[in-house]
Amino acid sequence: MITSKLLLKSLNNMQIIIAENKEYLTELDAKVGDADHGINMNKGFKAVKAKLEDLADDSCDQILKTVAMTLISTVGGAAGPLYGTAFLKAAGVVKGNSIDDETLVEAFSAAIDGVQLRGKAVQGEKTMLDALIPAFDVFKEGIDNGLALEEALEKSVEAASEGVEYTKTIVASKGRASYLGERTLGHQDPGATSSYLLLKALYETVRED
Amino acid sequence: MVGIVVVSHSSKVAEGVVDIAKQVSSTVIPIMAAGGTSDGRIGTDAMKIKDAIEAVDQGNGVLIFVDLGSAILSAETAIDLLGVDTVEIVDAPLVEGVIATSVQVTLTNDIEDVKRVAHESKNMNKI
Repeated sequence: MITSKLLLKSLNNMQIIIAENKEYLTELDAKVGDADHGINMNKGFKAVKAKLEDLADDSCDQILKTVAMTLISTVGGAAGPLYGTAFLKAAGVVKGNSIDDETLVEAFSAAIDGVQLRGKAVQGEKTMLDALIPAFDVFKEGIDNGLALEEALEKSVEAASEGVEYTKTIVASKGRASYLGERTLGHQDPGATSSYLLLKALYETVRED
Repeated sequence: MVGIVVVSHSSKVAEGVVDIAKQVSSTVIPIMAAGGTSDGRIGTDAMKIKDAIEAVDQGNGVLIFVDLGSAILSAETAIDLLGVDTVEIVDAPLVEGVIATSVQVTLTNDIEDVKRVAHESKNMNKI
C-alpha cells in the first residue's frame, strides 16, 4: 500500500533522481533527439517539488492530478503531455488517502494507456513504453502472485532497466529521433531512461519506508 | 466566428503568424498565439493552448494549427482537458493554413467549410 505521505515522498525522490540525471538524460537526448529531455524533465519535477508542501493534506488522486497538470504546463517537450497524461490517467483510478497494491496495478496500467493514447506508439518503437510495458507486466505478475509491494517493484525496476537496454537494439520510429532512423541504433532512448529512473525512485522510496 | 489558435515551439513564430493573419483579414478575428513555454524556452505548453482555445471560442468551434512534435501532443492534451468536441487540430501548413483560414472565418461560421479551406492550403503552389 502507498499512503499519500509515501506518495509525496516518492515524488520528492523522483525530483531528486531526475535532477541528479539531468545532464545524463540530456546527453542521451543529444544523440537521438534535441538535447533537452534532462532540462525539460528537471524543469517539470522542480515545479512539482515546489507544490509538494501544499499537497500534504490532499488525497492521492488530488496529488497525482496536480503532478499531471504541473508536468503538462512546465516540461515543454513531448515528455510533458506524455508523463502528464500518464499521471492524469493514474489519478482517475485511485481514490482517498492510500493506494492498495491492486489499485496500484490498475493505476500503472491506466498510466501506460495514457502514454499510448497520447504518443500513439506501441512497444518496440524506442520510446518510454519499452521500459514501462515490461515493468508493468512484471509488476502485475508479482502482485497477482502475492509478492510484497517492495519485491514486485524491485522486479519491475529490473524489467524497466532491461527495457532501456533493449532500446539500444532498435530503431526509433516516433518523435524527433525518427528523423535519424537507422542512426539511432546503438543509442538508448532518453524517454525510456527517465521512465526507468522514476520507477527506481518509487521503488527506493518504498524500500526505505 | 470560428476561433483560431496558433501553436509553435517558438513564441515568436506563433506570434508572427498571428500578426500576419491579423494583417490579411479584413476585420477583427478571434485568433491567438500559444507558442513556447511559459518561461520563455522553445517548447509547447498545453495549459497555454487551453487558455488560448477558451479565449477565441465564440461558440462556432476552434481550429488549432501546429508546427510539429510536442505541439501536437500538447494541443491534444489541451483538447482532452477541455473535454469538448468542437475543437480540432488541422492538418495544414502553419503559415499558409492560418492565413487562408483567417480570411475564411470572416466569410462563414461553418467550421467544416473553414477546415476545407485550411486543408486546401496544403496544395497551394508558391511559384
